[in-house]
Amino acid sequence: MTDDAAVVVENAEKWFGLNPALANVSLLVHPGEFVVLLGRNGAGKSTLLRVMARLVKPNRGRVRICGVDVARDPERGRERIGLVAHQTFLYPGLTARENLRLHARLHGLEGAGDRIAAALTDAGLDLSADRPVRGFSRGMQQRLAIARATLHGPELVLLDEPFTGLDLEAAELLSERLRQWAAAGRTIVMATHNLDQGLEGVTRWVLLDRGRIVTEWTGDSTAARSRYRQFLKGVPPGSEGLRN
Amino acid sequence: MKFWSRTAAILMKDLLTEYKTKDVLTSMLLFGLLVILMFNFAFEPDADEIRQFGPGLLWMTFIFAGLLGMNRSFAAEKENDALDGLMLSPVNWSSIYLGKMLANLLFLLLAQAIILCLFSLLFNYGIWPRIGWMAAITFLGTLGFASVGTLLAAVSANTRMSEVMLPVLLVPLVLPVILGAVLATAANFAQPPEERVMFFWMQVLAAYDIIFVALPLMTFDYVLEK
Repeated sequence: MTDDAAVVVENAEKWFGLNPALANVSLLVHPGEFVVLLGRNGAGKSTLLRVMARLVKPNRGRVRICGVDVARDPERGRERIGLVAHQTFLYPGLTARENLRLHARLHGLEGAGDRIAAALTDAGLDLSADRPVRGFSRGMQQRLAIARATLHGPELVLLDEPFTGLDLEAAELLSERLRQWAAAGRTIVMATHNLDQGLEGVTRWVLLDRGRIVTEWTGDSTAARSRYRQFLKGVPPGSEGLRN
Repeated sequence: MKFWSRTAAILMKDLLTEYKTKDVLTSMLLFGLLVILMFNFAFEPDADEIRQFGPGLLWMTFIFAGLLGMNRSFAAEKENDALDGLMLSPVNWSSIYLGKMLANLLFLLLAQAIILCLFSLLFNYGIWPRIGWMAAITFLGTLGFASVGTLLAAVSANTRMSEVMLPVLLVPLVLPVILGAVLATAANFAQPPEERVMFFWMQVLAAYDIIFVALPLMTFDYVLEK
């Protein structure tokens, strides 16, 4: 069962000093699912994404990405992942094309020139491709960050608060990308506070609090929004959840 | 094969960034020029005094100019969390270390070559007959400094006041390099050159280099791990 899963997190624990960021978290994500992680600041959403991407090593527990144990073979695990975060991971002194070329070389991509040109056109950056990223607006940088994260065609896309600080145009482009990826059956796990954008095609909602998964449910974004707002007001997660 | 091609990609990225920004070389060269100029104005030494104090002056300039460069090397990686971007790639994290260490080594050697020319010019001291040995000593000393410096620049980049933290951590660890390089340079400058002393200290430097290039390669995963 779990061998076919896109993500398997088993009993993951992560401590930063004496503070538990994740406490015995287990999560199973099937291929093609679009899972949204909800929770207050400090609930453990970003840490969980970073544990999946092996940017953070859990103190306990196991993580498998598309059948690969990331503790044993982190390089093969990372080949399958694209991470879009609030930070863009871009080198401001390099141009957009040079940033993508570096990413392609690190991933050992064949025919990278064509892929890079297509990615730049897709991101609407073909006219700015040879300008240093330092001069880009926040929206342009985030568009390039998305192009970078997906240049190698990852099976799993992780997004950490990707709408933060985006202008309307960039936010719409990101929402459109999420729709396309969901429709194409790509596995997506997104941590967000923003329940107004990019939520078409979500298959499951997972609520975290103080490093634990407190409940998860399926359903559309309207129901999810009202349920999350109730949680923020202090109403305990309802019994209709899939897991409590 | 993959390891080397990815190391080369990281090295080329650093060289390209430096070619465009000139951050590292400019700071190292300006500092080196100032130190050499100040000593020149303050002491106006004759040839004997240069043989006596020159090696120490040169290596102090190399080391402190190098510290400036090392500090810059991971500062660029912290902007936009670009280092996380490298860590997310399917690369062995040791290749991140090696790529950045080789870039630092090249920047240091280039800056040192220019500082050495300035030293020779301003102090009117002919190093050219012994330049081959001077190059070998400089390479061995700088390799040890760059290998430990790159590792500690990665460690200190995650601390507050990283500019202060790097020298505090690095200088004690590279004392054998400073000692070996100064004494080997002094033996090379001597009239006549003391080749046995020079070779001894060059062997010490080579042994240090082997250990301190291998150790960070084995431990860099732990440095980056959060």
